[in-house]
Amino acid sequence: MNQDLISELTKDYIKADTPPFKVGDGVKVHTRVVEGGKERIQIFAGIVISRRGSGVNETFTVRRISYGEGVEKVFPVNSPLISKIEIEKESKVMRARMYYLRGLVGKKAMQVKEKRLAKGKH
Amino acid sequence: MNNTLIGKKLGMTQVFDSDNKVVPVTVVEAGPCPVLQVKTVETDGYNAIQIGYGEKKQKRASRAAQGHAKKAGVAPARTIREVRSADAPEQKAGDVLDVTLFEEGQKIDIIGNTKGRGFQGVMKRFNTKGGPASHGSMFHRRIGSIGLCQWPGHVFKNQKMPGHMGAKQRTVQNLKIVKIIPEKNLILVKGGIPGANGDTVLVRSAIKGQ
Repeated sequence: MNQDLISELTKDYIKADTPPFKVGDGVKVHTRVVEGGKERIQIFAGIVISRRGSGVNETFTVRRISYGEGVEKVFPVNSPLISKIEIEKESKVMRARMYYLRGLVGKKAMQVKEKRLAKGKH
Repeated sequence: MNNTLIGKKLGMTQVFDSDNKVVPVTVVEAGPCPVLQVKTVETDGYNAIQIGYGEKKQKRASRAAQGHAKKAGVAPARTIREVRSADAPEQKAGDVLDVTLFEEGQKIDIIGNTKGRGFQGVMKRFNTKGGPASHGSMFHRRIGSIGLCQWPGHVFKNQKMPGHMGAKQRTVQNLKIVKIIPEKNLILVKGGIPGANGDTVLVRSAIKGQ
């Protein structure tokens, strides 16, 4: 009962326009960044490797290879700082968390996903 | 200052603040608290108000409790606490205190009983180090030395030892009020507070650093 009340309280914070992205999807996350009083949009593009939590507590992790180095960023799904989430590619993934990507180095990391993607598109 | 309410811890969640940052909050239902009795130096030797929280069935209340509540013109309360003050209290018996005593951004203290942990060892209870896990150390989570030999010939007082942990009254000071919802008697407080969800807590305006 108390939990119902709490989820009721946080209802206002939940964004209605979040696209239904899944684990394995290639996404572009547009975030608003305030620098020296000016606001600009920063884009972080990569693959969603996990989604966890529920309601206002829900977060997702995006992984990308930047200059040969794996970079992961965790975003709250309902953060007001996220202006847009674009789904670039959809893929068929066999697991809820794609942590195995962390073990893959270089080109292989990306290739594996493309294979999966091709499979899903058949 | 009689800015104290009795409340109930409902649980934790998170909200976004004006800077769009995530703030962890505890939801506390505070009040409404009817004043059951006013104590003054003349009548009782000290200044205080007695406040109640939560409904109790008329049938379940003892005759004494029924009479006591009737005198103030309110229903018998489930929880009753006394709040002392330096000066004679402004409130009268029958007044109802609620969350409007507080405002957003204000700092408050929350008093509650911590969760009971049962009989625990020194590592969990006092955060002592313990010994190495391997290399045949045979000394893992034990207490270590508890003192010297012939001098002083006894174990010092307050020596940290295993024993019962938790279920003690604890106060968390200077918690910031993130949001107040007067219609539902709710206060959203930044950070954690003692006790399990559903436990009774005391909410008062911070006595240190405002």
